Amino acid sequence: MQKITRDVLVEKAVSLLENGTVGSVLGWRKGEFDYVITPAVFTDKADIEANFVWNDFCGANFSKYLVKKTINAEGKILAFLKPCDTYSFNQLLTEHRFDREKVYAVGVPCEGMVDIDKIKEIAGDGISKIECGDKIEVSTIYSDEVVKIDAKDVLEGRCLSCKSKKHVAYDELLGEEGEVLESNRFDEVAKLEAMTPDERFAFWQNELSKCIRCNACRDICPACTCETCVFNNPNSGVENKAAANSFEEKMFHIIRAFHVAGRCTDCGECSRVCPQNIPLHLLNRKFIKDMDNFYGEYQAGAEVGSRAPLVNYTTDDIEPSEVFEGGKE
Amino acid sequence: MFKCSKDALSGILAKIAENASLYVPADNKDGKAVYTKWEDGIELSNQLNTVKSPKDFFFPQLEDIMAFKVEGKNIELTDIRVAQEDFVVFGVRACDAKAFEVLDNVFLVDPVDSYYAERRAHGVIITVACGKPSETCFCQTFGIDAANPGGDISVWKTENEVFWQSNTEKGANLIAKLGLEECGEDAVNAEKEKINAVLAKLPLAHLKSDAFGGGKTLELFNRPEWKTLSESCLGCGTCTFVCPTCQCYDVKDFNTGNGIVRFRCWDSCMYSDFTKCAHGNPRLSQVERFRQRFMHKLVYYPENNNGLFGCVGCGRCLAKCPISMNIVKVMKTLGGNA
Repeated sequence: MQKITRDVLVEKAVSLLENGTVGSVLGWRKGEFDYVITPAVFTDKADIEANFVWNDFCGANFSKYLVKKTINAEGKILAFLKPCDTYSFNQLLTEHRFDREKVYAVGVPCEGMVDIDKIKEIAGDGISKIECGDKIEVSTIYSDEVVKIDAKDVLEGRCLSCKSKKHVAYDELLGEEGEVLESNRFDEVAKLEAMTPDERFAFWQNELSKCIRCNACRDICPACTCETCVFNNPNSGVENKAAANSFEEKMFHIIRAFHVAGRCTDCGECSRVCPQNIPLHLLNRKFIKDMDNFYGEYQAGAEVGSRAPLVNYTTDDIEPSEVFEGGKE
Repeated sequence: MFKCSKDALSGILAKIAENASLYVPADNKDGKAVYTKWEDGIELSNQLNTVKSPKDFFFPQLEDIMAFKVEGKNIELTDIRVAQEDFVVFGVRACDAKAFEVLDNVFLVDPVDSYYAERRAHGVIITVACGKPSETCFCQTFGIDAANPGGDISVWKTENEVFWQSNTEKGANLIAKLGLEECGEDAVNAEKEKINAVLAKLPLAHLKSDAFGGGKTLELFNRPEWKTLSESCLGCGTCTFVCPTCQCYDVKDFNTGNGIVRFRCWDSCMYSDFTKCAHGNPRLSQVERFRQRFMHKLVYYPENNNGLFGCVGCGRCLAKCPISMNIVKVMKTLGGNA
C-alpha cells in the first residue's frame, strides 16, 4: 500500500480551510524533537504548512479532543483519523459525547506507528535528527553514522497486534481502504489466563505496584470522558489521590477497567502513555475477550449506536453463575 | 581525589552496603532504570535517567504523618514515625543532586519539615558525572555542570577507573572507610573536558533562561501564548510526578476503622482539585493550572530563592509527557530564543 505523505494531508487541510468546509484543523504539531508531536488545533494556512506533521510518530489518538474542542468551535473541525482512531470516534458518538455535524472526518491509512524507545535501543541515546522516509534515518551526537531502521522492526507494541486497517467512520478517505485484520491481540491475554491464580496475582501485583497515579492512562483514554471522575470527586467517598495500600492501587485500575468494559475499543493509548510501562491494555483486553466468549463477538465503536453486551439484556444471555464458572461449555 | 579500578567498584559498593542501605540505579525487567536496593550481583544501569527521580528518598510519594483517635472531647495523638536508618544513594546525576537544593529551600527553612530533615540528615548522596547525556538534557540552561556534579561525594567513571571526591564532611567520613587510593586530578580533568565537549553538542545546549526569573511576573503572566501552549494538556500528573523538583503535596486523613491516619501525598498543580479551599478552586481552567506550573518553576521560585530556578533540566518531562508539551517549548515560546 502506498503511504500517504504529509504533503497530501497538508494540501487537504489547507483546501478544506480555504473553501470554508471547516473552520479549524485538529492535527499533529511539530514537537521539540523530530520524534515527538503535540496535538494541536490549526486555523491558519501558514501555520499548517510550517508546523503540521504526519510521520511514523503520529500515534496519538485525537478522538477524545473532539468532546471539548467541538463545544465552542467556529465551523466544523477537520479531524484526521487513523483506522484505530475511528473506532473511538464512533464510540464517542454512540455515547453522544460530541456533535457529529461539527466534525469533518478524513480517514488516513496507517501502517503502524513506531516506538522511540525501540529506536533508541538500536541507534542509542543523544538523538540529533530523525527523518522518516522508506527507512527511519537516525543521527546521534555520539556517532557520524546515520542508522537506518525499518519501521516494521520498531513498531509500537499495540501496532504489532493491530485489529483493523479499516476506517469505520469518515466523511472522506485518503488513499486506499484496508481490512479488518485477524489479529493476534488475544495471545497475550491467553498467556495471563494460562497462569495459576497466584502467578496472575503476582504478575498484576508487580505491574500495578509501579503505578505513580499520574492518571495519564485515564486522562488520555477516549472512553474516560466523565466531567468529574469519581476518583477526583471529594464527595464520592472514594476520592483517591494516592493509594493507601497496594489493594487500593489495584482497585483504581480494576474499577477503571470495569467502567470502560464494553466501551473500550482497545486503542492502546493507556499503555502508550504510561510513564512506568504498565501493560494496562491487558486488563481491558481480557474483558473484551471474555465478553466475546460470553455474549458473542462485539467490537466497541465498529458502528455508531450499537448496544454493548453489558448494557443490553437478552433472554439468551449467559447466567451469572456460568460467567463465574468461566463460560458455557 | 581518590580512585579505584572499575573492577573494584562492586567491592566498594559492598563495603558501603555493610553500614547503610545502599540504593543504585539498576534496570528492571522492562529495561527501565529504577533505584534499587543494592545486593551482591546487581548490575548498575547504563542509562542516563531513572524513570522517577531520587526525590522519593527524602520526599516520598506517600507518607504517614501521625495517627489519632477521637473519644468524646479527647484527641489521642500518636507519633507513628519509625526511626530513620542511614542510607546511601549512588549514581545520582548532577541535575537531580541540584534538585535537592531546590527542595531544601522549601522544606528546611523555618518552619523546618522534620520528616524531610530527618531523611536528609541520614542520607548520603554519591553523584556520578554524565558521560553520555541525552538529547533531552538541558541542565546547562540553569548553570548546572554535568561534568562536575554535587552531592556529598562526586564520582567520575573513565574507561578503566572510578574517581571519588568528597564535597562534605559526610562524604569525607564515608570515603575514609572505603580504602580507596589517593591520586591526582589529571585524569578527572581530562574526563571533564570530554564531557564538556559532548555537552556543547547537545541540541538544547543554547537554551537560555534570561527571559525568566524573579520580577518577570507581570511581563509573562498575561501572555496570550499560554492558551495555545496548554490547549492539548490532558491535566494528568505525569510531568509533576517524574519531576525531581516538584514539591507540592496534599495532607489527608484516612479512616482505618480504628482511628485516623493522617498522611501526605504528592499533589499536582495539573489536577482540578489542587489547592482547593473552602471557597472553591483558585485556578478553574487548564490554562491557569498549566501556567502555574511553569511560572512557579521559572518565575515565582527564583523570585523567592535568590534567583535559583525551580527546574534543573533533567529532561524527564520531555521524555514522558503524553502529548509532548514541556518546559523547553514553554521557554522557547515565551523567551523568544527558539
